Amino acid sequence: MGTIRLQNLHKSFDDVTILKDINLDIKDGEFVVFVGPSGCGKSTLLRQISGLDKPSSGNIVIDEKDVTEISAAERGLAMVFQSYALYPHMSVRQNLAFGLENKKMPKAEIDRRIADVAQMLEIEPLLKRRPGQLSGGQRQRVAIGRAIVREPTAFLLDEPLSNLDAELRVSMRAELVALHDRLKSTMIYVTHDQVEAMTMADRIVVMRDGEIIQVATPMELFDQPVNLFVAKFIGAPNMNFLNLAQAAAILAGQQPPVGTVTVGIRPQHLAIADSGLQVTAKIVESLGTETVLHSELDSSTKVLVTFPCHLQIQKGEQLTLNANISDMHFFNAEGLRLEPSIAYLKEQAS
Amino acid sequence: MNIASFLTARRGKSRWDWTDYFTFSWLGFGLIIMFGPAVWLTLSSFKSPAQLSEFPPTVLPYVAQTVEVEVRGQKKQLPLYEVKLDTGEIKVLAELRRIGIISKLVDPADPETTYKVNIKQRTPVREIGLATENYTKPLKDFNFGQFLYNSVFVTVFATLITLVTNSMAAFALSKYQFRGRNGVLLVVIGTLMIPISVIIVPLYSVISSVGLLNSLWGVILPTVATPTGVFLLRQYMLTIPDELLEAARMDDASEWQIYWRIVLPLTAPALAVLAIFSVVWRWNDFLWPLIVLGRKELFTLQVGLNTFAGELNVQWHFILAMTVASMIPVVIVFVFLQRYITTGIAGSGVK
Repeated sequence: MGTIRLQNLHKSFDDVTILKDINLDIKDGEFVVFVGPSGCGKSTLLRQISGLDKPSSGNIVIDEKDVTEISAAERGLAMVFQSYALYPHMSVRQNLAFGLENKKMPKAEIDRRIADVAQMLEIEPLLKRRPGQLSGGQRQRVAIGRAIVREPTAFLLDEPLSNLDAELRVSMRAELVALHDRLKSTMIYVTHDQVEAMTMADRIVVMRDGEIIQVATPMELFDQPVNLFVAKFIGAPNMNFLNLAQAAAILAGQQPPVGTVTVGIRPQHLAIADSGLQVTAKIVESLGTETVLHSELDSSTKVLVTFPCHLQIQKGEQLTLNANISDMHFFNAEGLRLEPSIAYLKEQAS
Repeated sequence: MNIASFLTARRGKSRWDWTDYFTFSWLGFGLIIMFGPAVWLTLSSFKSPAQLSEFPPTVLPYVAQTVEVEVRGQKKQLPLYEVKLDTGEIKVLAELRRIGIISKLVDPADPETTYKVNIKQRTPVREIGLATENYTKPLKDFNFGQFLYNSVFVTVFATLITLVTNSMAAFALSKYQFRGRNGVLLVVIGTLMIPISVIIVPLYSVISSVGLLNSLWGVILPTVATPTGVFLLRQYMLTIPDELLEAARMDDASEWQIYWRIVLPLTAPALAVLAIFSVVWRWNDFLWPLIVLGRKELFTLQVGLNTFAGELNVQWHFILAMTVASMIPVVIVFVFLQRYITTGIAGSGVK
């Protein structure tokens, strides 16, 4: 019903390659988030799927039908743009009806769909107004409504929350997840905010420089990042990386997997202990519910620690930090993840 | 704030500040310079020919009073004058005739008594009145109604066609990427550098061979593709976000519907500007209609005014009246469309 498959997609513009060999399978009803730093190609990929741009090579298959050569309108998708792209000279009702009128739908059907969506998104009192008279959150709901009335195979959302203020963003996040649960349609969501990705996605597609780095559920990404880039990108504050020599103190004689060059440890997994890393506190951020400590191991290595409570730490104070080896991530010389061997894990268990 | 307080606003509160003096005198000066000629034109258009050739000229139009007097069995309308007689008495008399500097006058109450008086001793009795026959005569007798109709026809259709064709060209040049787009744009704007006198002769041959000579469409069609209009609309359309067009494409809109239902309504302020330009150009256009039109029934207002002046040895009162008549539609259009530009279209749907 809403399955999308991308096969060997390439997109290059003149000599610049924007997308390299993208392969992806999206299941029906899945909420997939494309996440990555600016310029990684996630919006480009979304536009390829929508049909607004054509790939240089490769196929896009929607519901087992190859749609690579089919125009945007006929793919049966609906897109919510970052800037909403509402027609400023039309009322909200006309904005919602525009696409349906172009499809020559009977008027009764159009009215019914608009009434349903207006009730669902609570925009009934806004139907006669123009977009210029609406607030940001209202415009966003109208933009989503415009997508919903089309009853598409899948929804494509291009950073829809980035123009909202922080508080509204949190509530809209929850509303979008609720909407997804209700509509049960496939949704492809593009964002650069990994918090949105982690909270909303069924699966996350991490992209960088036009390539897919990892596709996994949020917790899999958090616990088992496939390389240094993903490990650093997911989770805030960022993961700490130590070389073997520096990590010796917290490894305490235990052997890391063979080939380990970098050891990663999340700020949440470090705790004050009797033995371990010797760090000097530099900046203490008190957030009320937690404390973020910026400390220095030596002149070139910073270590961030997050404590789930309020701690009084003096600037310049010497602290000792330690962590469980099961919370540590090991990466080889190419930056790829190393899984500890089964024997090693068994040894740790005992 | 109401008009009265706006017009009398001053910087100084109780006394006049020097900036107030300066501002008011500057504004007053500008008002006289800008409006003076137009007011003079309008007032003069209501004067009779005799009044126009009077010296010193009067500001307001006057109509000479006349009275019907029976002289030697004949009833005549004679102009009234206030006469200072040699006795020092001032009487209101009707002038029978004037020979040289001696004027022969009669008393309307007593037509048999005549007075002979130097013209310096008489002043015409007159009141402020409008010589409206300056307007009505050309319209009735001299085909000006037809000229007016032709001008309106040419202006309305030329403006409509200009708006449609220029906006289509501007849409293509602003919203579509194609090879040679910049070249086309340069060529279009380059034609602005060609003076009309260079292309008049070839254009005439083209119009003649197509068979549009001596027809109003021959006046309209060659002038509808204006590079200024294309450029103006293109620059405005560039400010319409591309995302609106993409959203429309996702909404099953054909390219024509995108043009007609999305881009064109959003370009309305620029279209209003182009409409004003077009109306003013077409209405005042003289050279091209003069060349194309041979038959008198087809003349536009400007051409008509011109030939009118030549044929009948400059009847100023008719020319003045018809000039004012030809100004009125342009002023109305401008006033109407200017409001449209300044209010603009409400809001925007895109951040």
